[in-house]
Parts: sequence; C-alpha cells; structure tokens
Amino acid sequence: MAEVPRRRGAHERGESTLRLVWVYPDLLSTYGDRGNLLILQRRARLRGIDAEQVLVNADRPVPRQGDIYLLGGGEDLPQILAARRLRSDGGLRSAAERGAVIFAVCAGYQLIGTEFGGEEGQPVAGLEILDMRSTRGERRGVGEILAEVNPALGLPRLTGFENHQGVTERGPGVAALARVLTGVGNGDGTEGAWAGRVLGTYLHGPVLVRNPGLADLLLSWVAGPLAPLAGREEHWTQLLRDQRVTAVTATG
Amino acid sequence: MGKLPMRARLATTLGGAAGTVSRLAGRGDGSVIGGVIGLRLEPDLLALLSAGRRIVLVTGTNGKTTTTRLITAALGSLGQDVASNAFGANMEAGLAAALGRAPDAPLAVLETDERYLPAVIKATKPRVVTLLNLSRDQMDRAAEIWLVARRWREALAAARGCWVVANADDPLIAWAASAAEHVVWVAAGQRWREDSWCCAECGSHLLRDELGWRCGECAFRRPATRWVLDGDRVIDSAGRISDLSLSLPGRANRSNAVVALAVAEVFGVETAQALPRLREVASVAGRYTRLARHGREVRLLLAKNPAGWLEAFDVLAPGTPVLLAVNAQGPDGKDTSWLWDVDYRVLRDRPVFVSGERRLDLAVRLEADQVAFSLADGVDEAVDQVEGTSLDVIANYTAFQQIRVALGRAD
Repeated sequence: MAEVPRRRGAHERGESTLRLVWVYPDLLSTYGDRGNLLILQRRARLRGIDAEQVLVNADRPVPRQGDIYLLGGGEDLPQILAARRLRSDGGLRSAAERGAVIFAVCAGYQLIGTEFGGEEGQPVAGLEILDMRSTRGERRGVGEILAEVNPALGLPRLTGFENHQGVTERGPGVAALARVLTGVGNGDGTEGAWAGRVLGTYLHGPVLVRNPGLADLLLSWVAGPLAPLAGREEHWTQLLRDQRVTAVTATG
Repeated sequence: MGKLPMRARLATTLGGAAGTVSRLAGRGDGSVIGGVIGLRLEPDLLALLSAGRRIVLVTGTNGKTTTTRLITAALGSLGQDVASNAFGANMEAGLAAALGRAPDAPLAVLETDERYLPAVIKATKPRVVTLLNLSRDQMDRAAEIWLVARRWREALAAARGCWVVANADDPLIAWAASAAEHVVWVAAGQRWREDSWCCAECGSHLLRDELGWRCGECAFRRPATRWVLDGDRVIDSAGRISDLSLSLPGRANRSNAVVALAVAEVFGVETAQALPRLREVASVAGRYTRLARHGREVRLLLAKNPAGWLEAFDVLAPGTPVLLAVNAQGPDGKDTSWLWDVDYRVLRDRPVFVSGERRLDLAVRLEADQVAFSLADGVDEAVDQVEGTSLDVIANYTAFQQIRVALGRAD
C-alpha cells in the first residue's frame, strides 16, 4: 500500500499502527461483537496498514489516543454500569470531541446517545456523544434485517441480524445510517445513526463482516482512501452477502 | 401408578399411547408428544408424576444431556429404577413423558432447559438441583443469561430443603446457587470466561488467579469447594484422590463426571461405587460416537455455542482432519454471529472442511482467522477427501442430526 494520508489519533501523530480500541469487552460484548474488531484489523492489514487491538476493561481508563473505538452489545444491567463508568471516566467523550471514529452496536449504540431505557424501562443517562434518545419498545425485534444505506455514505445495502427492544429517536443534527427495507431498526423506518465520525447501529451479524464497505468506510476515516480488495476473502464475503440478502428478500 | 388421580392416570396413558404411535410412525423418538398431550389434559401432570419420588434436575448451558446420563449411571448402583429424559427432551412435556414412561421408578434424573428451571423446581420439588455452567447460547430465542441467573437465584432461595450441586468456578452459577439453603460446591473448572468478567452482585470487574475468582470491589468471591476436578483426577469430599479414566473424551466431560459424583454422594453412592459405572458411558445420544465410513473412522461431536466449541476443540486429536458443520434453523438459533466468538486459529495445523446450511458464514470466519479450508457438500464428501484414517466432526444441533441421519442414525 502506498502513502495514506494521516489523520487524527495515534495514526495522525505519525505512529504507523492503527489503534482499534474495544471499549469494555467485559461488560459490552455479546454475540459476535469481537467480529467487528477482527474484521477491521484484517482489512487494514490486507492493505499493508498495521492495526492493533486495544481491549479496555471496565476497571481501566479509556485511552484518549485511539483511532477507532468500538462498543458492543450487552444486557440491561451491564449497559447501565458501562454508561455510568464511561460518564465518570470521560475518555470516550473526549476522544469523540477530538474527532476519533466511534462505532457502536446495540446496547453500545444506545448509550452513546443522551438517554436510554433501563431494565425497568426507567431513563438512564447516556454519554451524550450523539443527540439521540432511546426507550424501551413494546416488542423485541429479532431477525434478519436489510436496509438501504444513507446515500451520502455511498455504500451498498446493509445486511445483519438484530435482537433488541429499543426504539431510538434522533435529534436534528444526527442522520440515519439507513432506511429499513425488512426488519425493525430504530422503530421509525430508519436504522442506526450517523454524525461526523460517529456511527451507531442495532445490527449484529457481525455487521462489519457482512458489510465490508462499512468497515472500509470507518478505516478510510482514519487512514484515507483504501485500495479495493479482490482476493479470496472478498470472494467469500460477497457470497455470504448475496446469500443473506436473498434469504431476506425471499421470505420478506 | 395407583396413587395418581384419575385424570392424571388418563393423561399419562393417552400421552404414552401417543408416544408409541409417534415412534411407530417414524416421527421422532416419541419423547415429547406424549407429554404434550398429557399436559393438555392435566396441567398439573408434572407435579402429580413427581410426587413421592426423589428427583435430580440437571441444567446449564452445556453438558446437560451428558451429565444427566452420568448421574443416571451412578445412581444405578442403588439398584432402583431411575426415570430419565435421556434424549434431551428437556422442557415440561419431555419431563412429564419421561416420568410417565417409568411410573414406578422411585428416582428420576431430569435434564431441564435453563429457562424452565424455576417452574420445574416448583412442580417437581427436587431433592437435588445440578447447576453446570451458564454462557451465551441462542440469544435470538433464549433469555439473557444474567436474567436467567437471577430467576434461578429466586427459585432456589424459595426451594427449602433442596440440595444444589453447583460449579463454583463459574461466577454466574455461584451467584445463582449461593441463595440456596444447602450447596455442595464443586471445582469443576471454567474454560469459557467471556460471559463472566463482571461481578453478578455489583457489576465490577472480577479478578482471577490460581485460587479462583473474586470481585475487586464487593465481598462476592468463589466459595470453598468440597469436590475438585484436578486434571484427570477427582478429589472427593473426603479428600480421597481417584483417577477418572473416563471413556468420554475431553475436559468438559471430566468436569461433568465430577459433578455427577457429587450428586451421587447426596444419595449415599460413594465414588468407588459410582466411578466404574461412569467409565462405561462411551457415547451419549450419538455424541462422541465413533463409526466406520468408507474405510475411515468418523467421530461425532456436538457443539452449539461458543463455550461448547471451545470444549470441542479440546477433544480434537492433533492434526486430525475436522469437518465443521453449522445450520441456523430454529433449534440452532437463527443468528450465526456467535461464530465470531470462537477462536479457530487452533485448527491451522490440520485439514478443515466446512459444510451445513451456513457454511458461507464459516468460510468468512475461517478466512478472517487465516485457517485454510475447503467446502464439503456433506459428511461423505469430507470423508472421501480425507487422506488419513480418521475424521472428527463438530456440528451444531440440526447439522449434527442431519449428519447422524446421513451416517445411519448411529448411537
């Protein structure tokens, strides 16, 4: 890989290694969340960009100099604990203010907003990184989801699996990540949220595995334009995407 | 069965007949349908069928069927009939059917689905509840595990006089069991830790060392144990050391065996009596079965979730080719994301085949871990490509059943 423009974070300061920070894997990690981390690292390395995993448990401060921060899913109580600790720690908030990339899934997605619903539906204070608010919905949304990505992001359709009971309303400064074709998403026909370099979604799958374009978008926000991949890895990913999209459209 | 009320007797008889018809019609092993019909006629059937018996319930994410089998084998030395749902039909209907099939058995060992444990405790008033482990499993249809642990805890606190045999090395299990009146703690080990990094009592990070685990902030810590799994040996409650030397392979089964020995002791069966019976168990509902196919030996392993796959890898012989098969039908869970929670890099030293309805998910997963593999359309295609003499198969639930059928439903 030739020269890549260097941006913020450790990468920006001339360090050659991308720092992928997984925030609180001890509290926020459910089905497949590790996959998002693995695939970001793999896709960076396939382009000759070194990338390291930084796992930060809830008893440690969140480093402020990461390049991409990942938050995963979790049950109600761990989600509340994580929100409380992240608020008092302040590291993720200041990384966001510095312009670091944040990618949050499910429970992690809800807690980067201003407020979310606790185990009894009570409002719990979020990190206020995005102007959005989540509440507990009537029913759990469980199943395959297919969505048309916000045209401003220029990505193919989003495929994944959702399993949540949240309803999320975005404020005026926050765009939807996608428009739902099949599934539940935010509950208003949209799915996920996007503002600047912060992106959140209800999708497991893991979503960056099934949507390599989204993984590359996050990487390009810190490493600049990326060369397309054309090897075996892309072949299998494309077959998997096609199979999942077909499965959803056939039954939907 | 004379002591059963009229309606329960009728429900059991009709249910039993339906089970026989179902078996004859080739619709299954008949272990559920009888219970379903019986419960429709008499909703209290499970409680009525349990009355007057000494019952052991076995639950946990992994190892339920095997441990149920091992406890049944150990209790066999008492010389009394033991009722059991040996084929894993572990919801209310399966339990009722198992008891209905053995109306005169004074003992029962019942595998119980995690979600149904509180209701089954209420209905059966068990002598012993066995808690193995708790980790992520089929999250698209199962409850969240902290919630499951909380419900167990409440149910066990209310079950006066019941003994709990619990794995002290699994923090969520320890939290659930510690509310019970009587607990026999077993050091049964815990390989999979991804669901227990945090204290179930206060949510703080758990500290781990060679002595076990403890919360960094509150007083919650691993309880002292009466039984210990130590490599291939068991240290029993009197401090005696015995070699396990099981026929069943792997660490997880040694762990299941130590738990079974602790349960047997509650019934007065000593390790020296029980162990020879545990060693005779060589396969459980088709699992661990070795069979010949096209001149090679095929061994079948069932693994349904990340913790189960981790334990299955432990059983693999070094360098032996392996077939991985994954489906995502209802009983498997429709979300395959969990494949990403398993570390496949240990398979880099051997030929790997992938099959099943979701083999593309496996392909992408293995590629990310840089494990070389080839696709196989079914078990025979993999068998025929193997250069050596043996093939290990790891499959999740319905993929496992399909392979068993393809190989002639071996037990």
